[in-house]
Amino acid sequence: MRHILSILVENEAGALSRVAGLFSARGYNIESLTVAPTEDATMSRMTIVTTGSDEIVEQITKQLNKLVDVVKVVDLSEGRHIERELMLVKVRAAGKDREEMKRTADIFRGRIIDVTDKSYTIELTGTTDKLDAFLEALDKGAILETVRTGVSGIGRGEWVLKA
Amino acid sequence: MELKLPPLAETGETLTGAEIAIRCLQEEGVEFVFGYPGGAVLFIYDALFKQKKVKHILVRHEQGALHAADGYARATGRCGVALVTSGPGVTNAVTGIATAYMDSIPMVVITGQVPTRAIGEDAFQECDTVGITRPCVKHNFLVKDVNELAITIKKAFHIASTGRPGPVLVDIPKDVSQQSAKFHYPEKIHLRSYSPVVKGHSGQIKKAVHLLQDAKRPMIYVGGGAILGEASQEVTELVRLLDFPCTSTLMGLGAFPASDKRFVGMLGMHGTVEANMAMQNCDVLLAVGARFDDRVIGNPAHFAAGNAGRKIVHIDVDPSSISKRVRVDVPIVGHVKDVLGELLGLLKASREKPDSAALAAWWAQIAGWRAKDCLKYDRQSKIIKPQFVIEKLWEVTKGDAYVTSDVGQHQMWAAQFYKFEKPRRWINSGGLGTMGVGLPYAMGVKLAFPKADVACVTGEASVQMCIQELSTCKQYHLPVKLVNLNNRYMGMVRQWQEFFHGNRYAESYMDALPDFVKLAEAYGHVGLRVEKPGDVEGALREAFALKDRLVFLDIITDQTENVFPMVPGGKGMSEMILAEDL
Repeated sequence: MRHILSILVENEAGALSRVAGLFSARGYNIESLTVAPTEDATMSRMTIVTTGSDEIVEQITKQLNKLVDVVKVVDLSEGRHIERELMLVKVRAAGKDREEMKRTADIFRGRIIDVTDKSYTIELTGTTDKLDAFLEALDKGAILETVRTGVSGIGRGEWVLKA
Repeated sequence: MELKLPPLAETGETLTGAEIAIRCLQEEGVEFVFGYPGGAVLFIYDALFKQKKVKHILVRHEQGALHAADGYARATGRCGVALVTSGPGVTNAVTGIATAYMDSIPMVVITGQVPTRAIGEDAFQECDTVGITRPCVKHNFLVKDVNELAITIKKAFHIASTGRPGPVLVDIPKDVSQQSAKFHYPEKIHLRSYSPVVKGHSGQIKKAVHLLQDAKRPMIYVGGGAILGEASQEVTELVRLLDFPCTSTLMGLGAFPASDKRFVGMLGMHGTVEANMAMQNCDVLLAVGARFDDRVIGNPAHFAAGNAGRKIVHIDVDPSSISKRVRVDVPIVGHVKDVLGELLGLLKASREKPDSAALAAWWAQIAGWRAKDCLKYDRQSKIIKPQFVIEKLWEVTKGDAYVTSDVGQHQMWAAQFYKFEKPRRWINSGGLGTMGVGLPYAMGVKLAFPKADVACVTGEASVQMCIQELSTCKQYHLPVKLVNLNNRYMGMVRQWQEFFHGNRYAESYMDALPDFVKLAEAYGHVGLRVEKPGDVEGALREAFALKDRLVFLDIITDQTENVFPMVPGGKGMSEMILAEDL
């Protein structure tokens, strides 16, 4: 099962390696990991996408909570939530393909944010699924470069993750 | 560089970072610092030199410093403190840190680091201390600002000694130890990201009470957490109140007195038949500060499948220890002493009594397993049996010594045959299984309790891993007694090779051994060799009578003796091999 863990950590040097080290030391998966400071500069918010049985994810959550730098952990996938990932794709866009590429980007609500004679750079935001679907819709040979942020997630409604 | 002082610090006196570090240790009431000097800690050693409160114990290898501090902590329950230099000082210390981490021992480790400006430049004796130790500490810090030093050391002691204890490392660059700041040591500290649970959930405790009262075949399983959590008294009261059988892990020995008839012995890979069978067949299991590890329950699938109806109550201060290898029915997160106190209160107030008929039948079944007499060995042997030595050690010390051990067969025999009556008397490396801990552990214990008998049960392989500490023992007059069960083999390796590798004793024979008697003498101690069963008791008495001398007893034991019972790796705990099976 895929789980999205949202983690508040102290904005300390080494906090990221403590979290990443925990996953590698105990053999847990990381599908993606994003981290950046929050509105409170002393804390960072991390989103980790992982897979594992309920038992494993329970252990992951407990082990994360044990880290002294970790302030709070929540499994977003246990409740209603929103997840988004940002992707930048550089694609070949020359001749007859140029118009087709623009149309495909439009269908996925992508934005072209950089243009040359032969290429477009497309910005696309959405769930991991949607980004995957966009890449599948493109001709493999047309993709020059892909960069994805990994998932960021937040709970729905008025509930907030606070220290 | 301008120093920015926090407002609170302005009330204090101005000290150097090195002086601050030592003052913090004084404030914490630290008696001993085990360490070894070097370039990056010279200012700290200078500050140590100028005071008398904290006594420094100079070891011969940093690993010895960590083990000695660890042994001190295990015997006293207080935080052990070690001080080593950067680079190789740290890498030598890592085994000791990992050993303490695996057994949840409170320690503060202060390490020197190259000056801040040189960090990352591959400077002389530089290593990424925080990076190297991260996976084997409860937490670690690199202090880059002298104004943060005192509060960081306060945090280190707080984190190390609360919740599930563990080692905490503070890395101090040389320039930080040289710079000055106003000294202020906070009395209390609050960390928003760290607040261990103390009190257990009342509803869960009530559930546990009902399960225990309804049990037909109950079992109480006590781990090292009961000792770390100072819950020995509560455990003892609970077991006697309920009249339930009680077993203990290697780390829990002494939490419940071994002489009590309710004690069924140690469980696990080398546990007794009665302990392992009762564990496998009970209907209600109360686990106290234990973690169902592989050396205890063996194969978790076999443990679960063999008795699907078994209900498990698990009390532990660390939630991640609960339902890690074995699914638990009633988890109770909290300090074991607190939770057991509440549990006892409820049990005493309750009018319900355990089912005495069922309990009598259960005890009869246990008596059947006990009758196997699984720890029996050849008492008529003309060659010294290691078990016999431990029995004699128990007799000579009246069962009241502090016993440290190394790792291997001798460790298991000490655990099986020395009947521990009190907590913190049995000092050994359970989790990491570190050979070489025995002698430095004995040093730490002897410093803490100079009048007590301290015996180190060891083997000729293990003892050579930290043998250099015999010199430290001479310097500080530490008259510990080494009981070397010398079978000329890495005994446990040999045993596994005999059982599982077709008697191919690959590299497990100890050839070219030193003359341990002469070796002890060379270090300024007393050495005695014992070769006949009839001489064992006399030699032990002589050793302990020499109150102010370290005595190294080199006891030549049976080479072929094996530790029984034995649960082979990956097997279920009821699938034991007994001596008579072979």
